[in-house]
Amino acid sequence: MIDSLNPPTRRQLLTMIGKTGGAMALYQAMTVLGHAADSQFNGPPKLSGARPGSTVLVLGAGLAGMLAALELTKAGYKVQILEFQNRAGGRNYSVRGGDTITELGSTQQVQFAPGNYLNPGPWRIPYHHRTVLHYCKELGVELEHFAQLNHNAFIHRKDAYGGKPQRYRDLYVDFKGHVAELLSKSLNAGALDTAVTAEDKAKLFQAMREWGVLDKSMAYTKGMHVGEQRGWERAPGGGVNGAPIPGDVGTLSDTLSTKVWEQIGFYTEHVMQTTMFQPKGGMDHIGKAFAAKVGKLIRYNTKVTKIAQDDKGVSASWVDTKTGATGETHADWMVCTIPAPVLNQMDFQISETKKAAIRALPYGNSVKIGLEMKRRFWETDYAIYGGHSFTDQPIGLISYPTGNFFGDGPAVILGAYPFGIGAYMLAGMTPEKRIAAALDQGQVFHPAEYKSEFRSGATVAWSRMPWILGCCATWTEESREKHYQDLVAMEGRIVLAGEHCSYYGCWQEGALLSSLDAITRLHQRALAA
Amino acid sequence: MGSKHKFGLVGFAAMTALVAATCAKPGFAQDRPGPSGGDAAVAASGKEIFEQICQACHMPDAKGGGEPGARVPALAGNKNLANKDYPIIILLKGRGGMPWFTDILTKEQIAAVITYVRGHFNDYKDPVTVADIERIGVANPPVPDCNCGH
Ligand SMILES: Cc1cc2nc3c(=O)[nH]c(=O)nc-3n(C[C@H](O)[C@H](O)[C@H](O)COP(=O)(O)OP(=O)(O)OC[C@H]3O[C@@H](n4cnc5c(N)ncnc54)[C@H](O)[C@@H]3O)c2cc1C
Repeated sequence: MIDSLNPPTRRQLLTMIGKTGGAMALYQAMTVLGHAADSQFNGPPKLSGARPGSTVLVLGAGLAGMLAALELTKAGYKVQILEFQNRAGGRNYSVRGGDTITELGSTQQVQFAPGNYLNPGPWRIPYHHRTVLHYCKELGVELEHFAQLNHNAFIHRKDAYGGKPQRYRDLYVDFKGHVAELLSKSLNAGALDTAVTAEDKAKLFQAMREWGVLDKSMAYTKGMHVGEQRGWERAPGGGVNGAPIPGDVGTLSDTLSTKVWEQIGFYTEHVMQTTMFQPKGGMDHIGKAFAAKVGKLIRYNTKVTKIAQDDKGVSASWVDTKTGATGETHADWMVCTIPAPVLNQMDFQISETKKAAIRALPYGNSVKIGLEMKRRFWETDYAIYGGHSFTDQPIGLISYPTGNFFGDGPAVILGAYPFGIGAYMLAGMTPEKRIAAALDQGQVFHPAEYKSEFRSGATVAWSRMPWILGCCATWTEESREKHYQDLVAMEGRIVLAGEHCSYYGCWQEGALLSSLDAITRLHQRALAA
Repeated sequence: MGSKHKFGLVGFAAMTALVAATCAKPGFAQDRPGPSGGDAAVAASGKEIFEQICQACHMPDAKGGGEPGARVPALAGNKNLANKDYPIIILLKGRGGMPWFTDILTKEQIAAVITYVRGHFNDYKDPVTVADIERIGVANPPVPDCNCGH
């Protein structure tokens, strides 16, 4: 296995550690070698040897439910899935022309041109969400880059720069320039002499000059070097007028009024950093790829109304939402991935502690609005290719599509994606009013084009989606402390899984990791039973 | 606008634990829009607060929606609202799928919107005051149990 004369390659070493020390040792070794520290994912669970004839009932055909079905089938279980909706995927969802969106109180017919789509739920995948990336690869989902940070996109605040949107690039460069100037001033004044050594002080001076692009007198001022980061009043060219002319820099007060540090911090978060990915053609390709494997196990239009268990097995009572027929399905074991706002209304034969945990889990709200525009004016007229422009209006942001850059014909801008107050404000409107509000607010970024190029819109308010009544679980430190372990503990023959049963709230990674953990424990218990 | 921790400034002892726990800032970063948007200013009148916040789930007619087993409860004709402490506790602490609103609404706004919902969609005309909100905040009673769809 390992050539005793040559040092082992990293792969050989990992194989050896994996064989001798088991999964945990492998994980630790990978961490040391800088591989896996980003993720708890350690490869698919490779369950095997289910007792012949053992059955598992999975509730909900979102990603957590379908992954459970996929891996448990591989392990030898006979699996059935019950799903409320007429489609698989759950929150993994995309809408296209011809689709119907059904909310409480309204329905919409999506009018988008062929090929265009809106991802009402998940839309981006961080580079370290190894579970999602693994199954995309395994199931053949084609991923493309998702443009996250775009220096050329805008930031708008009503009370900054007279309400005129500013380029992120300019604000970012101005912000670090002013901060660097101020820090070097206080270093100069000796204000930090008790906090830094003389040697570090010298290095800090150099750092502030280079990072902040300060001039000879350690001030942040207009100049060629700043222009190299901030862009130009007149861009570099050829021939006679080739020399660039730098533009003015923003004042400290103007810069601070934009609160650009919030965006800087946002893009620095582990889950928000470049590189990010998206499935080509719509996020629902992940759900569809799972459904291609386990779709035949799903009973659609099946709303579970009651869950029970005894020492022999589990049962779920349900209503067929198309025919009104009722039924009961039995199995040896159960994985329940139904989101808490629905699960907490169910007749659920389970301990009081688990009920308390389910009832202590409010869901946030969010709204997405897709605006199909006749042409990609943000690319042709503004040189913006993907990324987000932020605003303090209720829409929160607009986001430019990644994919099909430079394409002709209509394209879909994400015209709103707020949580919190903005989301409640928009969700309370009819879909038509929501779309009109998104056009009114979003035009601050592209006043000449936004309304005249608009073709059609589609929107989803998560608080009004009949099968979840919310967006994602909201945990707090206190509720984690009090309820999390009760929620995820396997109880008799039933284990819960899904985004809400993870520390990766509101990410597909959380749904998948929770599912892998749940089925691994279920399998152990089933073998021990 | 501005401070998300609207109750944090007022020495509202019993509320501080809740205040730390805002929907907007979960302990672990969810997918979310990022800065801005969530900070939009909410109106002051009970009617407008209902329209800007509550009807996102409870619908414009306050009759809720959905089907049995997956319902948003009605606020209109809701006998639980006869006791004004009941909606106050739920707005301060959340219940079931509904979050607390202490990080979005001020005490004044909570009082105004409960007064509006009790008086307009029901026949409970006695107003809810900021003093009521403070009384519940200090007494810190448990959240009433629920089958959360009803
Ligand atoms: C607005 C938004 C943005 C997001 N952004 C991202 C992102 O960029 N990247 C990312 O990775 N993740 C993102 N997420 C999170 C991601 O969508 C979820 O974490 C994940 O899809 C949840 O999967 P799940 O299987 O746990 O739950 P779900 O997908 O919700 O599946 C639950 C299933 O149960 C079914 N069900 C409900 N009630 C019943 C019943 N009574 N009987 C039978 N079945 C029932 C539902 O119909 C549904 O199919 C986002 C989510 C939202 C809402």
